[in-house]
Amino acid sequence: MEYIIIIISAILVNNIVLNQFLGVCPFLGVSKKIETAIGMTGAVAFVMVLASIVTFLIQHYVLNPFGIEYLQTISFILVIASLVQLVEIVLKKVSPALYQALGVFLPLITTNCAILGVAILVIQKEFNLMEGVVYAVANAIGFGLALIIFAGLREHTDLQNVPKGLKGVPIALISAGILAMAFMGFSGIV
Amino acid sequence: MNQWKNFTKGFIKENPVFVLLLGMCPTLGTTGTAINGLGMGLATTFVLVMSNLVVSLIKNMIPDKVRIPAFIVVIATFVTIVEMVMQAYLPSLFESLGLFIPLIVVNCIVLGRAEAFASKNNIKTSIIDGLGIGLGFAFALTILGSARELLGSGKLFNITIYSEDYGMLIFILAPGAFIALGYIIAVINRLNKKNA
Repeated sequence: MEYIIIIISAILVNNIVLNQFLGVCPFLGVSKKIETAIGMTGAVAFVMVLASIVTFLIQHYVLNPFGIEYLQTISFILVIASLVQLVEIVLKKVSPALYQALGVFLPLITTNCAILGVAILVIQKEFNLMEGVVYAVANAIGFGLALIIFAGLREHTDLQNVPKGLKGVPIALISAGILAMAFMGFSGIV
Repeated sequence: MNQWKNFTKGFIKENPVFVLLLGMCPTLGTTGTAINGLGMGLATTFVLVMSNLVVSLIKNMIPDKVRIPAFIVVIATFVTIVEMVMQAYLPSLFESLGLFIPLIVVNCIVLGRAEAFASKNNIKTSIIDGLGIGLGFAFALTILGSARELLGSGKLFNITIYSEDYGMLIFILAPGAFIALGYIIAVINRLNKKNA
């Protein structure tokens, strides 16, 4: 039951992009086409889950026992950066097809605040490892959902007759706002 | 480039938020009120100036291949300092900015300036560049924060301008951030086009 609440709240009620504003850069950057949106979602989901597990272990088996919690930011970002490199190298060797699909997006992920954000949130919310993994997976799904819906919206607005001043980014932001409003309808479910 | 131009470019011409569209997460996430926006902007400015300073100092010592991780460590150090100082002296601001303080580490503006500017220029120019871009960022956040606070609750920097009953609550909530920023960027685009 707890897991279901975590999942619904992370995907719909507190959507990571539309409600918590994490990962807005890729949300605006790679949402021009549905295909790239799907590729980015895959890469983010992969790294987000791995990163949450590794940072969880670091927090509880390295930082807490030695009383050096203030090194959280530094150690987490380094772990994520090296993890991204590692994933890139391993994928290249093990699954060239997957690397082809996700490759371009992987380097961008190091500076994706959604990854670091979720890793820190897992610690802040005092989840155990299993809950942390579920939370990371749910957030990745939420990110994908928002990104893919938004990419679909943008493909349509590109073909519409938008007022001159609003073309491009402004209209994209305003449609994101309306999408966020739609997601607000879910608040109160959990 | 003369120093004054170097300093002022961050405000309008190369404003990191309105023109370059960098650092969107803290821009949208922390501008519920003008004070929060200003606080976030100044915290980022501090990190930006200090990291530009240090990166420009050590630029000849780090091998090219590991420069990005090295920059990230420098940035993360100053973010940790900001985090601890803010927690000690401004606990209420720290509380309301929350997660976005540690997330200054992954703000693309900071890493972008370190990589594109500070690693190629001398110390003085790098500090001025950091200060200009940082204050431009703070300026953008304060504008967005003021607009949202005024439209949403009828207040500006916590001073009541008109009754809260007439405010549009949506502007304080998440969707309002996107919509307000969209319209501000539209206006800035229009102004830039007129000047050009």
